[in-house]
Amino acid sequence: MIQQIAFFLVAALAVGAAARPFLKIRRNILLGQPESITGNSAERWKNVLLIAFGQQKMLKRWIPAVLHFFIYAAFVITQVELLEIFVDGLAGTHRFFQPSLGGFYLFVISFIEVLSILALLATLAFLVRRNVLQIPRFQMPELKGWPFRDANIILFLEIFLIFFILLMNSADMALHGNTYGFAVSQWISPLWAGTSETVLHTMERVGWWGHFLVVLGFLNYLPYSKHLHIILAFPNTYYAKLSPRGEMENMPAIMNEVRSMLGMESQSQSDGAELPEFGANDVAALSWKNLMDAFSCTECGRCTAVCPANLTGKKLSPRKIVMDIRDRAEEVGRKIDSGDPQFAKDAALPLSASNFQDGKSLFDRIRPEEIHACTTCNACVEACPVLINPLDPILKLRRYEILTLSQGPSDWLPMFNSMENSGSAWAMAVDRDQWRKG
Amino acid sequence: MSNTIYTMAELAAEGRSPEILFWVGCAGSYDARAQRVTLAFSKILQAAGIEFAILGNEEQCTGDPARRAGNEFIFQMLALQNIQTLEGYGVKKIVTACPHCFNTLKNEYPALGGHYEVIHHTQLLQQLIADGRIRLQGGGDFKGKKITYHDSCYLGRINGIYEAPRDVLKALDADLIEMKRCKTNGLCCGAGGAQMWKEDEPGKQRINIERAEEALSTGATVVASNCPFCLTMMQDGIKAKEKQDEVMTFDLAELVLNHLEKTNP
Repeated sequence: MIQQIAFFLVAALAVGAAARPFLKIRRNILLGQPESITGNSAERWKNVLLIAFGQQKMLKRWIPAVLHFFIYAAFVITQVELLEIFVDGLAGTHRFFQPSLGGFYLFVISFIEVLSILALLATLAFLVRRNVLQIPRFQMPELKGWPFRDANIILFLEIFLIFFILLMNSADMALHGNTYGFAVSQWISPLWAGTSETVLHTMERVGWWGHFLVVLGFLNYLPYSKHLHIILAFPNTYYAKLSPRGEMENMPAIMNEVRSMLGMESQSQSDGAELPEFGANDVAALSWKNLMDAFSCTECGRCTAVCPANLTGKKLSPRKIVMDIRDRAEEVGRKIDSGDPQFAKDAALPLSASNFQDGKSLFDRIRPEEIHACTTCNACVEACPVLINPLDPILKLRRYEILTLSQGPSDWLPMFNSMENSGSAWAMAVDRDQWRKG
Repeated sequence: MSNTIYTMAELAAEGRSPEILFWVGCAGSYDARAQRVTLAFSKILQAAGIEFAILGNEEQCTGDPARRAGNEFIFQMLALQNIQTLEGYGVKKIVTACPHCFNTLKNEYPALGGHYEVIHHTQLLQQLIADGRIRLQGGGDFKGKKITYHDSCYLGRINGIYEAPRDVLKALDADLIEMKRCKTNGLCCGAGGAQMWKEDEPGKQRINIERAEEALSTGATVVASNCPFCLTMMQDGIKAKEKQDEVMTFDLAELVLNHLEKTNP
């Protein structure tokens, strides 16, 4: 009974504690502008199934794909065991599913154990890849410090999860006269030979509680970690845009302005209000989907590894852009939570995404040479395993620079002038159809 | 068969309207190298007996580089005027030899009210070959020659067109050798996103050199492309590696025309 009460209290406390940071992430995502999600929901579910659930994009690099799949599959199937831990913990039962499932129970637990061993091997391989092998996409400047530690913490937590589950199962098997026949534990439980029942029982409890506490720890760690992708990958693939990849979002305000300038009928009347800022210089001007992208990022760097600008030594790294957006959204969220009136545009009103200024912007993190280096080739968009679009915010930053700041590469000025004055990307003194005249 | 290339205005004056508009684009109109592609493609259309016309001086830049540079005002200005012109002639179908024009006309003009059937010239070439409207002789200049093909981003990854240009190459009887980074993984030539009009940002090397090195490593003697900007970039890259005497860069239309002239004198 004491264990049941303890279990309930620990679980309730941990879930309650995790709720706050998760709600903050939701709030931080909603700092962004509205973006309407249109189009076929069947197409969206297909993306969720194939890309999030089916890991389709991971297959582009097959070694990490296989290793990642072991960890992913183990994670998914272990939910069965976690469910049983919850039932046992609350009801005070022991292996609640075992009697009713019979032979199938043996199969499921054995399956979990085999996948756990594969996941353990994968985790060790990932630790080697992160810490020993010099893999370029894990050695880049944006991974220094916290992102590097974060990746290792996740891998160590995974090792603990697997260790505790095998400790629990093998001690429990030894306690029950090695009759369970679990695929992996049957090879471990002989090591317990000669151990007293009290110790075995304690070990089984250590494994059971240990696994459960690491799960709760993970839950509380997720909102601070790149590991959040295990949740956000699903909504992020669902909400990924379905419109043609080559279509940049139209700007109706400018379209209507230009229409009336050209003497065409304008579709909506300008209300004479001051011109809004165009493009984005901060998270509040990006869309909520841009921000969900940023929080879904697991910093794998597949985008940066295929970026032609990055490959040839330019400062642009699509992964860094996405991480900068996330870090800035967190900074803005923290400052809004502080309630400090120095961050308000209007000190009389409470702080919010629209009533906020701290004298900083994304341009404090992202230098112009980064966004200027982009060729819009979409390699980053193609590469992302969870359908993040790093290009969209880059183009919004460019729009802000050109339209709102009237800055940008000076090389572009002659091009703009020529387009404006002669309708051509190059200023030429000859007719456009000179070529047909020979 | 006439060798005259008409504008929409000239045809309209005679009360005629062609089956397809050939959108030439800024590069195709003004860049000396791309002009040769424009002429080659025109000759193929004439050989196939397709009635087409150009806009001539009424054509303006689609606005792609301005939009991608961030200058939406100039994009809208050009796009809305182009749409007005196209509407004036009742244009329904457009072919273009530039994947940037192709993408903007096809994917971006609809939101501004311009709806057309837009195809890229490599798609039309594939159709003409498949329908037997142009015939290429197997065993011609390219038989057994190693050709590598550079996917432009705006035709390939962005619009998913990988097979049409490869089918055309197959019809040339050439020995197609793919680069390691091809199709969805194709490496950009470095010109997109208005990079064509500016100096590179500081870095280790130019993107077109990286791509040219990859093309050269295939051992191909011809680098085929489908985009006037890729063509310039690949040619410059190969020149920088001092291989311009051994390795030629061509647009697919030039390769097809070269074959056509040999077989249909």
